Amino acid sequence: MISESTKTRFAREVAKFPADQKQSAVMACLSIVQQEQGWVSPDSEQGVADYLGMPVMAVHEVTTFYNMYNQKPVGKFKLNVCTNLPCQLRGGQKALEHLEHKLGVHAGETTADGLFTLQPSECQGACADAPVMLVNDRHMCSFMSNDKLDQLVDSLKKAEAV
Amino acid sequence: MNVQQVLNQFQSTGVETCFHDRHINPQIYADLNGKNWSIKDYEARGGYAALRKILGKDGGEGLTQDQVIATVKESGLRGRGGAGFPTGLKWSFMPRQFPGQKYLVCNSDEGEPGTCKDRDIMEYNPHTVIEGMIIAAYAMGISVGYNYIHGEIFHTYERFEAALEEARAAGYLGDNILGSTFSFQLHASHGFGAYICGEETALLESLEGKKGQPRFKPPFPASFGLYGKPTTINNTETFAAVPWIIRNGGQAYLECGKPNNGGTKIFSVSGDVERPGNYEVPMGTPFAKLLELAGGVRGGRQLKAVIPGGSSSPVIPGDLMMKLTMDYDSIAKEGGSMLGSGAVIVMDDTRCMVKALARLSYFYSHESCGQCTPCREGTGWLWRMVDRIENGQGRASDIEMLDSVAGNIMGRTICALGDAAAMPVRGMLKHFRHEFVHHIEHKTCMVDAGV
Repeated sequence: MISESTKTRFAREVAKFPADQKQSAVMACLSIVQQEQGWVSPDSEQGVADYLGMPVMAVHEVTTFYNMYNQKPVGKFKLNVCTNLPCQLRGGQKALEHLEHKLGVHAGETTADGLFTLQPSECQGACADAPVMLVNDRHMCSFMSNDKLDQLVDSLKKAEAV
Repeated sequence: MNVQQVLNQFQSTGVETCFHDRHINPQIYADLNGKNWSIKDYEARGGYAALRKILGKDGGEGLTQDQVIATVKESGLRGRGGAGFPTGLKWSFMPRQFPGQKYLVCNSDEGEPGTCKDRDIMEYNPHTVIEGMIIAAYAMGISVGYNYIHGEIFHTYERFEAALEEARAAGYLGDNILGSTFSFQLHASHGFGAYICGEETALLESLEGKKGQPRFKPPFPASFGLYGKPTTINNTETFAAVPWIIRNGGQAYLECGKPNNGGTKIFSVSGDVERPGNYEVPMGTPFAKLLELAGGVRGGRQLKAVIPGGSSSPVIPGDLMMKLTMDYDSIAKEGGSMLGSGAVIVMDDTRCMVKALARLSYFYSHESCGQCTPCREGTGWLWRMVDRIENGQGRASDIEMLDSVAGNIMGRTICALGDAAAMPVRGMLKHFRHEFVHHIEHKTCMVDAGV
């Protein structure tokens, strides 16, 4: 279920916390699972629960409480566009709408080729970089004008086609 | 190009937000360029000299725990996360003689809309946070600490982890720091998208691997914190200010600002300005000066309103704001708002206040943890009412109802998110009631453009 290489990454997180507080690593472990598998499946929750010695329901509580965990499969690239007020004042909402048009999907949907999932998001803590977006949770893209959004989408498509 | 190379093209460089010459006497952001974040550069800027000083490794006698705390008290440093609580006083609450484990936590869960200062600190000057935390741990006799970092800024989290490795290798972290009897272990942890975890007890729950639902206080973290042990929590910028204070003295820091408002403060200026970014200026700098640093209102338009301290702080009309100075007392006493986290959201005369509030109210409704009924139900109620006013379906009774719901949330929840949702509503109704009335009566906006 959980590979040995994944467990090596888990171990590094667990080591940060007291021996009797392994549960503290659950956020990091779920994030690692999501990075490797694209989402947090019920099987993965069970695997993390077993690894950390905590009830699977307690893992599920974490998965469902935090916005960034994918509770179902998403496209190869999950695009989260901030639409909170500071971003909205500098085109955040328009960036989301531009991507809707460019990708031919509504916010919350995945493109037919399975490449892109588009979502609005709350504050990412980079308000002066607006419009900002996150790609697959870990890559923040700043100052995303329409031109740069086009460039991003086209380049990712090209990189995938290779 | 592979995917990684594609994405790297769009990563921020800090040039616009941090490496400009429009700070005023900066301490935390001084002399940064994006390439000099590592330990050697930090040491060249005087880094870790404060740690050497307190440990008596610079040829001096060293400082006792009481002397460190006294210096921080003298500096007038107040918590930079939003509440503005005096840092030295908070440190003195820690029961230093407590025989068991104690913890130090840095709150880097920077998600208050408008705020983006801690990200630039940790990305471009991470060692100042590390040094500040080591000094705090020494002062309070703490041996283990965590920095809980906003999940959305993963690159910054990785940068901070890299800095931790450097500090360990150099002997600044770990057992017997610099050959002294003092030991301190520091680790980084991350969130994954929950605004509420910026609330300190929700953060502790999250750090324990649980849903981030705030705890009832008292007991306060100083007596019952992480894993039920005494814990001190400060904001990133607060820790980042500490090394300068130890190097230069509390009085020197206080004199950088104004009485009761010591030091410099980083303001994140966003919205309708020419140059959004972070600006580190002395406390008490006039707002007009800060606006000028940020290039003025975008397109030379008129200033309509400013949300001065993150989205939770009540809005201040532009003409009043232009008379205020940027410090805790001026914004609170003369402006009727809060300095908060120092996130200044600027809005010009094309902005509709109803639409702006609708977006903020949606945010609080979305981020309510659901634990307390007044917040869980009230934030959604507020949003639905503001949203229908915005969409031309408001009722004449809605304004009084908004005020009533906001009033009934305030003070009736475990944490401050309820108040944070209610205060913007009351602020908007206080200063821009006529726009809400116009929306309800005319089913349309007073200004042309949407937000």
